[in-house]
Amino acid sequence: MSKIVIDGRELDVSPDLTLLQACEQAGAEIPRFCFHERLSVAGNCRMCLVEVKGGPPKPTASCAMAVKDLRPGPAGEPPVVLTNSPMVRKARAGVMEFLLVNHPLDCPICDQGGECDLQDQAMGYGIDASRYGENKRAVEDKYIGALVKTSMNRCIHCTRCVRFSTEVAGVAELGAIGRGEDMEITTYLERAMTSELQGNLVDLCPVGALTAKPGAFKARPWELTKTDGVDVMDALGSAIRIDTRGRETVRILPRLDEAVNEEWISDKARHVVDGLRTQRLDRPYVRKDGRLAPASWAQAFAAIAAKAKGLAPARIGAIAGDLCATEEMFALKALMDLLGSPNLDCRQDGSKLHPKFGRASYLFNSTVAGIDRADAIMVVGSNPRREAPVLNARIRRRWLRGDLLAGVVGPQADLTWAYNYLGAGPESLARFVDHPPPAKAAPMLIFGAGAFARPDGEAILAMAARAATSLGVVKDGWNGFNVLHCAASRVGGFDVGFVPGEGGLDAPSMAKAGALDLLFNLGADEIDVALGAFVVYVGTHGDRGAHRADVILPGAAYVEKTGTYVNTEGRPRFAERAAFPPGDAREDWAILRALSDAIGAKLPYDTPAALRAAMRAAHPHLGAVDAVTPADGAAIVALAAAGGAPSSAPFASAVDEYHLTNPIARASATMAECAALARAPQRFAAE
Amino acid sequence: MAVRRLAENQPESFAFTPENAAWCATQIAKYPSGRQASAVIPLLWRAQAQNAYWLPRAAIEAVAGMLAMPYIRVLEIATFYSMFNLAPVGRAHVQLCGTTPCMLRGANGLRSALVERIGPAGSTTPDGALSWVEVECLGACCNAPMVQINDDYYEDLTPASLGGLLDDLAAGRAVKKGSQTGRTSSEPEPGKGTTLTDPALYDGSRVGAWRKRFEEAEAKAAEAAAAAANDKAK
Repeated sequence: MSKIVIDGRELDVSPDLTLLQACEQAGAEIPRFCFHERLSVAGNCRMCLVEVKGGPPKPTASCAMAVKDLRPGPAGEPPVVLTNSPMVRKARAGVMEFLLVNHPLDCPICDQGGECDLQDQAMGYGIDASRYGENKRAVEDKYIGALVKTSMNRCIHCTRCVRFSTEVAGVAELGAIGRGEDMEITTYLERAMTSELQGNLVDLCPVGALTAKPGAFKARPWELTKTDGVDVMDALGSAIRIDTRGRETVRILPRLDEAVNEEWISDKARHVVDGLRTQRLDRPYVRKDGRLAPASWAQAFAAIAAKAKGLAPARIGAIAGDLCATEEMFALKALMDLLGSPNLDCRQDGSKLHPKFGRASYLFNSTVAGIDRADAIMVVGSNPRREAPVLNARIRRRWLRGDLLAGVVGPQADLTWAYNYLGAGPESLARFVDHPPPAKAAPMLIFGAGAFARPDGEAILAMAARAATSLGVVKDGWNGFNVLHCAASRVGGFDVGFVPGEGGLDAPSMAKAGALDLLFNLGADEIDVALGAFVVYVGTHGDRGAHRADVILPGAAYVEKTGTYVNTEGRPRFAERAAFPPGDAREDWAILRALSDAIGAKLPYDTPAALRAAMRAAHPHLGAVDAVTPADGAAIVALAAAGGAPSSAPFASAVDEYHLTNPIARASATMAECAALARAPQRFAAE
Repeated sequence: MAVRRLAENQPESFAFTPENAAWCATQIAKYPSGRQASAVIPLLWRAQAQNAYWLPRAAIEAVAGMLAMPYIRVLEIATFYSMFNLAPVGRAHVQLCGTTPCMLRGANGLRSALVERIGPAGSTTPDGALSWVEVECLGACCNAPMVQINDDYYEDLTPASLGGLLDDLAAGRAVKKGSQTGRTSSEPEPGKGTTLTDPALYDGSRVGAWRKRFEEAEAKAAEAAAAAANDKAK
């Protein structure tokens, strides 16, 4: 620790801190544009100037000067930093004046207005009027993709976007061409960016040069209601903030959560918003003469009750989809228990993971933050860049730090970090079944959901456990056996036991022709249900599940209900309701409650709070919101004893088209445009 | 310098000749593994030399491919340096230095001459012989004003001597490189010999005069010390 005096206050700080960080610890506010905690230091905006005694005799850019670079005074006095002296104020005003020389005065038509660093800091640190009479420079706007709109006149050349795309996203697409006054930020020949994290550029840009293209000119930040939510586009459960105006969800932004998503979210999480408005089911439907006809709730329930009457429990089944909250699955499971049916499943992809193998067998046991501690990572049957882009960025950051042994078994893709490619199929994983453990303290195995979503999934799981045992990834204080799910509801479903009971059918069996007479489909849109069964679809969008349904009960999307989502680490997260479901649609728990009444198996929950309390009573760890309850690693060792020989089919990622993985995303025009760009990445803007 | 963009009409492809490819390999080999990108400027320079002194898009992509760099990183470099021409140039490509020392010595006159002879900055004569741009300091200030034509400097210019030079280059005649007034590099002009002819420079009255003050002060101090010692002895 070294002593430093900041604005007359002496404090002890780590010598590795920059002056800017030290000043923040001292409670002094330092304005900045180019500096960002998670990016490399550029030091080019000069806004963070401070006066230093013990350093160069001029205003110093505090972001680029470390505490250890300062020298003590002649009698050994600690270095002195002044953040509010007349010299500093004058220097900042001068920098601000230069920044504004070429910045247009278009705040009234700028989407950044109200949340603009330049606006705020010009108020705080600038001078009152312009002394500059010359013409401002004019820069052509660039096309850089479907999600980020550019207004390049406003750019102040902080290069945060260039550093983000190169360092965090790992796809070096943005750059600064030209020099001096003619410097311009662009992609190569204005090609669309390909990163799955490009939406974060909009948050990073301190001015209005990069703004969100979807939803441009639609809202001002101060007229939005902000609600804390949880992202369900992937199983990471990123912390999000849902901004609504009236009934409409306007945008989704990340919330800071160091343990999971830091301050990034993926493009799908951010820009799926327009999918919440289109293709919505806003009233019940009942199929009459082969066509779905609008109906009232009473008619819909009557149709279901008529069908359910006298059915044998074994002819009734339930499948839960990928976006369900845990409460709904708990309620639907309770309903199936009341009906006496063992046919229920939350694994519409046909995964062979099962809670009977122990909780450790289906969790990301190392936790996402554990990636920072890992020194060896092997990814099996997964493309983390598509399945969880924010998690992939974390792996990349770990890889950038160096000394990481990285390997991939399965699809060979550009993951933005370098790895040893070890093979495509289970035979490559078999090599590690009796392999001496690597000399590593914290090795990680990451299995994609796709690795187990195949007929021989149980054999793969046993082999994975054997490999984990022989490689020694499960040890005291470290469990390196990780499953990376793609479905936000999956771990919650496993935790409440939404899997086939004794003698029950799993999802692919239930979907077969003639398996069932009545199927409750709770938002499962990734499975084809064969003709025959009477399907009751509870969901939000006119997607595959609704097309097959005989009765549609319109439900609430994830921003329209309170609910618990358990992420791939097993971390329960609680989402508040930000908006209301459209039209006659209702929250899913209420639909299930009314449905249970209609078919004579009334659920004992009258409020969501009662349902949640019952769920937490049955599964106490779901009440520990935002905390990971570690699973017992012994389950992995026990699982290794199971046998089975996997087929030689190569592993495939569970996500084929990143932008189109769920009904909300498929309803989104923005996601459709992104998917089209992803299919033809070489297309040029002008062509 | 204006905003720089790639030329509109681009050749389909670019490939180094075998000799140049071999030369590029020697450049790349200079750098440790993982640091091949350091060779980007020599490679771009050689690509430009091979392609009539301008860099087509295909060459930028070829160099990026050879060095495993993202295209945008190579484009940044090609647009940053004015030594890389992004559009076809004349057989004699004039880069006029317009920075302060040259400007004070008459670069504005040269600019008028170039505008008259070739056209506005960035243009090429219809026969493809001459083109010109204005660049920042080329580091030959002691021979200002000057221009760079292709790989060579032409210094101590006047609008008239630049006009003659351009005529000769356009006609393919041999021209004299370097100073156009007969100076050898940045030595004094012919006939002037040395410029430091004032004898006062060498008699110690000016050069080294500062030392006299200190010598006198020292002598005075020594005298005073001696006097003090004498007083004590008495």
